[in-house]
Amino acid sequence: MSERPGRAGAPGRGGAPRGGAPRGGAPRGGAPGRGAATSAERLQRLLALVPYVVSRKAAGLAETAAAFGLSERELVDDLNLLWCVELRDPDPYCPIDLSYEGGEIVVSQAESIARPLRLAVDEASALLVALRMLADVPGLEDRSALSRLIAKLEAAAGEAAAPSTQVAVQVDKPTGDAAIERIRDALARRRRVHLRYYVPGRDEATERDVDPMRLLVVDGRAYLEGWCRRAEGVRLFRLDRILGLEVLGVAAAVPEDAQPRDVDRGLFRPSADDVHVTLEVSPGGRWVAEYYPCESAEELADGWLRIRLRTPDTAWVRRLALRLGEDGRVIAPDDLRTRVRDDATAALAAYASG
Amino acid sequence: MSRRKTERLLSLVVCLLSTRRYLTAEQIRQAVAGYPDQSEAFKRMFERDKEELRELGIPLETGSLSQDGDDIGYRVQRQAYELPELRLEPDEAAVLGLAARVWQHAELAGAAAGALLKLRAAGIDTDERDSGASARQGIEPRVATTEPAFGPLWEAVRDRRPVTFAYRAAGRSGPQARELEPWGVVNRHGRWYVAGRDRGRDAVRVFRLSRIEGAVRFSGPPGSMTVPAGTDVREVVRTWDSAPPQENTAVLRVRPGAGYGLRRYATSPPVPAPDGWETISVPFSETGWFADHVASFGADVVVAEPPDLRDAVIRRLKGVLT
Repeated sequence: MSERPGRAGAPGRGGAPRGGAPRGGAPRGGAPGRGAATSAERLQRLLALVPYVVSRKAAGLAETAAAFGLSERELVDDLNLLWCVELRDPDPYCPIDLSYEGGEIVVSQAESIARPLRLAVDEASALLVALRMLADVPGLEDRSALSRLIAKLEAAAGEAAAPSTQVAVQVDKPTGDAAIERIRDALARRRRVHLRYYVPGRDEATERDVDPMRLLVVDGRAYLEGWCRRAEGVRLFRLDRILGLEVLGVAAAVPEDAQPRDVDRGLFRPSADDVHVTLEVSPGGRWVAEYYPCESAEELADGWLRIRLRTPDTAWVRRLALRLGEDGRVIAPDDLRTRVRDDATAALAAYASG
Repeated sequence: MSRRKTERLLSLVVCLLSTRRYLTAEQIRQAVAGYPDQSEAFKRMFERDKEELRELGIPLETGSLSQDGDDIGYRVQRQAYELPELRLEPDEAAVLGLAARVWQHAELAGAAAGALLKLRAAGIDTDERDSGASARQGIEPRVATTEPAFGPLWEAVRDRRPVTFAYRAAGRSGPQARELEPWGVVNRHGRWYVAGRDRGRDAVRVFRLSRIEGAVRFSGPPGSMTVPAGTDVREVVRTWDSAPPQENTAVLRVRPGAGYGLRRYATSPPVPAPDGWETISVPFSETGWFADHVASFGADVVVAEPPDLRDAVIRRLKGVLT
C-alpha cells in the first residue's frame, strides 16, 4: 500500500497502522465466503458506504457493520481502503477523508461520491415488482404508503424503472373478500375464528376453531396461518378454500411455543412419517410433476414420467389416480395401488346401478 | 478479491466523477494509481475496468476532445450517476422493508438487496427485521423463482433480446424448438409465464416456464426486438389463461356428506332423492377437464346428465383398471 501524501496518521487515530487491528470491541466472526466478494462487489459496497455515513453525519462502527452485513474488522478494512485513495492531478491529493475514532465514523471529505449510485434496472425492478404485487394483496392496510412509495421510487429510478412493468406477480383474489376483512379484523383484535374449511385431498368440509397468527402470501396465493385447536398445531389455510368464517367473541390463545413456518424454506416440508409414493404418468399427466412437490421426476419412454413424492396422507393420491385414468398409474406402495383399483371398481359399480 | 484492483476501480470512479471535461485514457493513467506503464497492458486493463464500471450501472460517457473527433475522452456526469434526493415517511420505509423481503431466495433477491443498500446509503432507514412491518401488517409475502428459465428470460425482457428454447407443451411427448420475442414475465396462480411473439408461428404465445427444457439462449443482441406499444403483459397472460365460459350444466348425484369440491359450485341447493343421495346442478365449460374432476370423487359422485360427460367419466374410471 502506498504511503498517503500530506496526511498524518491513520483514520483510526492513535497511529494505528492502516488495515491493522480492529478498534472498538471484538470483531464479529466474518461470515464464511464473504472474503470471496469480487472487486466489483466490494466497489459497490464502498460506493454505498461513504454516502451511508455522509447522509447520517456520523455512524457507529457496530451499527454500520450490521447494516452492511460485515464484521467490524471487514468494515474497518473498507474504511482504510477508502482513506487510502489517492489521485494525481498532476499533484497527488486525497479525495476522501474520514475517521472512525471512538467507534464513530465521520466522513469529512467525500467529494464526488457523497451520494449513492442510481438504482440499476434489476434493482429498481426487484422493488417495484414486489411493491406492485403488495398493492394487489387483499387486506393490506398501508395502501396509501404503498402508492406513495411506488411513485417516489419510480421518480428516483427514472429510466431504470421502465422494464419493471414487464414483470408482474398477480395475487389470486380469493372469492370471499369478506373473509379477508374478517381475518384482518381478527388479527387486529386478536380474536379466535371459526372456520368451515374445504380439504380437497379428502373431499371434506371441516369445522374448526383457529387462533390466527398471520396472513401469508406465497407465490400469489393467500394463506391464513394459525393455531388450529382441532389439530393442536400450526396449520395453513388457503383462503380460497375457506367456505365460511366467523370471528368469535373469544380471545385468540396461540401457545407460546407455536412456531410460525419459515416461509423461506418452503411451505410444505417432509416428515419422517410420510408415505413414499411412486407414480407413472403419460404426456397428458405430466402436469402432476408441476402441481405437486415431487422428490424426483424421471423421464421414461414415449414422454412418460416416473414421479416420486412423499406425503403424510395418501387420500389425495387416490383421487389424483382416478382423475388421471389411463394417463397415470400408481407403482408403489402396493396397498395404495390396490385401493385405487378398488375405488375405480366401486365407482363403476355405482354407474352400473344408477 | 484483489484489494489493489478495488482501489484502482474506486480511484477511477472518483477521478471520472471529479472531472467536468473529458479525460483521455492517458490522462486517466496519469491520475489513477495502479495502471501499468506499458501501453498495451494498460489498454487491456483499462478496457476491462470500463466494462466493470458499466456493469455496475455507472454511466460512463465517451466523447471527443477535439473537433475532428480523433481524441476520445471519458467522464461520468454527477447528475447521471447520483441517486436523486429521496425522502421516505416512516410508513413508506416500513413497506419498503416488506417489499425487499418478497424475493428472499428468489432470482431478484440480490437485486433487491442492492437496491436497499443504495436507499440506506441515501439516508433511508428501512425496517428489515421480522418484528417490524410484517408484524404490524400481519402479512408475509413471498415469491419464488424455482424455474431456471426465469433468470435468462428476465434478462432478455430487460435488454429486449429474442430467445430460443425447447418447450414441451401440455400433453406432448417431446419438446419443440421455439424462438420468442419476450414481452414480459408474469406470475399467475403461483406459476411463471413468459408472453411474447413466437417468431416461428408469427403469433402471440404464452409459455409456462416450468415446461421449458434445458437452456434459454439469446438469439439476438440487446435492443434487437421491440414490444408493441400499449402491450399489457398481465392482460396477455390473463386472456390466455382464463377459463372458457361455462356453458354446460351437469346434473350430479352426490353421496350425503361428500362431494364438497362440487357442491361449492352448485347453482341451487341440493335436492334429496329417495335413496338418501342428493342431486345438484353444476355449470362447467369443457367436458374432458370436468370429467377428470368428477372422476376424482370416485363412488361419491355419479353423473346423471349429460350423457357425454357420463361416458367420459366412465372411460376415465375404466382407464384406471387397464
